[in-house]
Amino acid sequence: MRALRRYASSSAALIGLVLLLMVIGMAVSAGWLFPDDPLSLAGAPLTPPFTEEGLPLGTDSVGRDIAAQIFHGARVSLLVGVVATGIAIGIGILVGAVSGYFGGATDAALMRLTEAFQTVPSFILLLMLVVIFGSEVTTLALVIGAVSWTAPARLTRAEFLTLRSRDFVQSCRTLGMPHARIIFLEILPSALPPVIVYVSVVMALAILQESALAFLGLSDPNIASWGNLIGDGRRVLRSAWYVAALPGLAIIVTVLAISLVGQGVNDLLNPRLGRR
Amino acid sequence: MTALLSIENLSIALPRGADREHAAKHVSFSIDRGEVFCVVGESGSGKSLTAAAILGLLPPGVRASAGRILFEGQDLLTLSLPELRRISGKRIGMVFQDPMTALNPLHTVGSQVAEVFRIHTTLDRAEIADRVLDLLETMRLPEPRQIARAYPHELSGGQRQRCVIAMAMALEPALLIADEPTTALDVTTQAQILALIRDLQARRGMGVMFITHDFGVVAEVATRIAVMRQGEVVEQGDAQAILNQPRHPYSQALIAAMPALRPPPYQPSSAAPVLRVEGVHKTYRRRGRTVAALKDVSLTLRRGTTLGVVGESGSGKSTLARCLVKLVEPEQGAIRVLETDITRLSGSAWRAQTGRIQMVFQDPFTSLNPRRRVGDLVTQGIAMRGVRGADLKERARDLFRLVGLDPAAIDRFPHEFSGGQRQRIGLARALALEPDVLVADEPVSALDLSVQAQVLDLLAGLRRKLGLSMVFITHDLRVAAQVCDRVAIMQRGEVVEEGPAETLLTAPSHPYSRELLAAVPGRGWAGGA
Repeated sequence: MRALRRYASSSAALIGLVLLLMVIGMAVSAGWLFPDDPLSLAGAPLTPPFTEEGLPLGTDSVGRDIAAQIFHGARVSLLVGVVATGIAIGIGILVGAVSGYFGGATDAALMRLTEAFQTVPSFILLLMLVVIFGSEVTTLALVIGAVSWTAPARLTRAEFLTLRSRDFVQSCRTLGMPHARIIFLEILPSALPPVIVYVSVVMALAILQESALAFLGLSDPNIASWGNLIGDGRRVLRSAWYVAALPGLAIIVTVLAISLVGQGVNDLLNPRLGRR
Repeated sequence: MTALLSIENLSIALPRGADREHAAKHVSFSIDRGEVFCVVGESGSGKSLTAAAILGLLPPGVRASAGRILFEGQDLLTLSLPELRRISGKRIGMVFQDPMTALNPLHTVGSQVAEVFRIHTTLDRAEIADRVLDLLETMRLPEPRQIARAYPHELSGGQRQRCVIAMAMALEPALLIADEPTTALDVTTQAQILALIRDLQARRGMGVMFITHDFGVVAEVATRIAVMRQGEVVEQGDAQAILNQPRHPYSQALIAAMPALRPPPYQPSSAAPVLRVEGVHKTYRRRGRTVAALKDVSLTLRRGTTLGVVGESGSGKSTLARCLVKLVEPEQGAIRVLETDITRLSGSAWRAQTGRIQMVFQDPFTSLNPRRRVGDLVTQGIAMRGVRGADLKERARDLFRLVGLDPAAIDRFPHEFSGGQRQRIGLARALALEPDVLVADEPVSALDLSVQAQVLDLLAGLRRKLGLSMVFITHDLRVAAQVCDRVAIMQRGEVVEEGPAETLLTAPSHPYSRELLAAVPGRGWAGGA
């Protein structure tokens, strides 16, 4: 409760939280606000926003309801964001923890693997994986997660490197505690705060990556996603800018919201700020 | 003649929400030319902030709320920052505790000393270079030319502190403020630095304000003393008078808490050896350089006795402690606990046996996991061996009683305890598994003197009660005299001398042991008895 009040004391963090709740609200309410398939035809192509009853944000170049696509697109973005982040953080923590705790040859091997992933631009890797595994939305989420774990891994490793030589960890070893238990129950809780903060970065990037894929026409064509809508709007950008701009705004708001929340959580977990 | 520095009724206010309102309350004292004025106190006594106030170095949020600081007749508290800097840079020199952080790692020490001249004088390049070399030579640094060209990390701790003192002394200040200048140094180095400060003071006739927590150091250098407690000066006066007949109960307690350098008479033990270290070698390799941390170390600990391992930093004593609990693997030799050679045990076989030899760590603030309740911390070892639920809580309470803590406190977190209490918790954790051997790695060196005395008492009591066998690692011969039956003195990875504490601390035979004993501060003073 006290933590919540401290979080709310920062207006930026509060705005972020409100915006994020709005996006989540859109995803949740999409089903009953727009019960029809968002990809079905709803009116004349390229109806501008606020001109026709029932089509508040107008239609795209085919005549599909933009508002419905944005609401349903929120579901896709959040799904991709959450699943991909979960995978990336999971792999990252595991690799980073093992690498930092054991050090030596294990560390060297795992870090070379991490570098191998980092030297290939992650978007190129993503394109390759999508070409191989297909572009169904769940596959997308998994694949985005699989290319985003390197930064969390490095972050976790750095924390473990400093924590493993602390006396409280050494004392667990002198008590005869098994390695797995030391790693996950003793060190990890202390190593988590910076990683938790980084979650927001990974999630924002995952959402952007899905949109970028969709923009290139490589996302799942059978779902309404913000990226698909932008990709579609690109062709009519000069005559109907709103088709691309509206989903673009949705992406900006979502990524901004997640970053602000991340910053708020950072301030909350940072003990030096916390003591004030 | 007016005093060089006179502090009148100084109060320093702490920001709201701190553990008390004032870091210093109505502090008054004065320092004359040609004397070493020692400000003595434990941590939190306000001694360092008082010094910081003189130089306008108080941390943000902390301010001098009342009083005057008169230096050569001028009130420093009324000056603007640039004015204060002009005075303090030239007329007051400052030496800090940690010479590594006081020097810039990116510049040679020569250029850092030269900088003082560049800022405050109009000397030209060649003159400055000459002055720097002169100064380094006065600091009794060998090969001043090479030292001037060296970077801080290339020098030893003692050499670095000499360079910092050189910077402070460069402009021949009227007042030198030294804040725990020898606390981070080894005893033999400390003795040299103290001699240097005393000598410079006598030759230049300057006043020295010397801040320390160590009455041994006070006995070495002080002409007058002020004893501080929680921001107040409880007693001040002539050094000999306070050292030998302290009047205030707090000064009496502090001096009494000082361990005497007189070991009790030696009682030979014929008990069976419980720990045998046989020909242990350990070498560290770093960037192609090899450093022998342990060279053919052999020691024997008999049941129910305490073996002190004494040495300065880099002597290998901590590496030895870590080898004993298998945190470090020696590459040669055997470590036998009763009959088991633990160096031969595999990971899982060792984990099953860790209860036989346990360790107490040096730093009470990093050795307890901040996220666990202290009751869990002390019983973690037993919990892994199958004790559960209410039994576990009962054991935690028993252990707390054993080390003199309130058993009701087992559900609190480590940060709610003081340093001494935390060290008791660390001790309880080590004793939980009822070890055959307890390894204590500098268990009291991070504690204030009065707390240190309590923990040493506790250890002595537990020893009698439980018949503990202990390896006690320390750099402090006074502490060793209090707790050890036998003492091994280490230097550069080797045991140079081993024998009964009584013999070793009164008539050592190895030259290094003699040097170490001679360097103990305040040896000539009978205090602490």
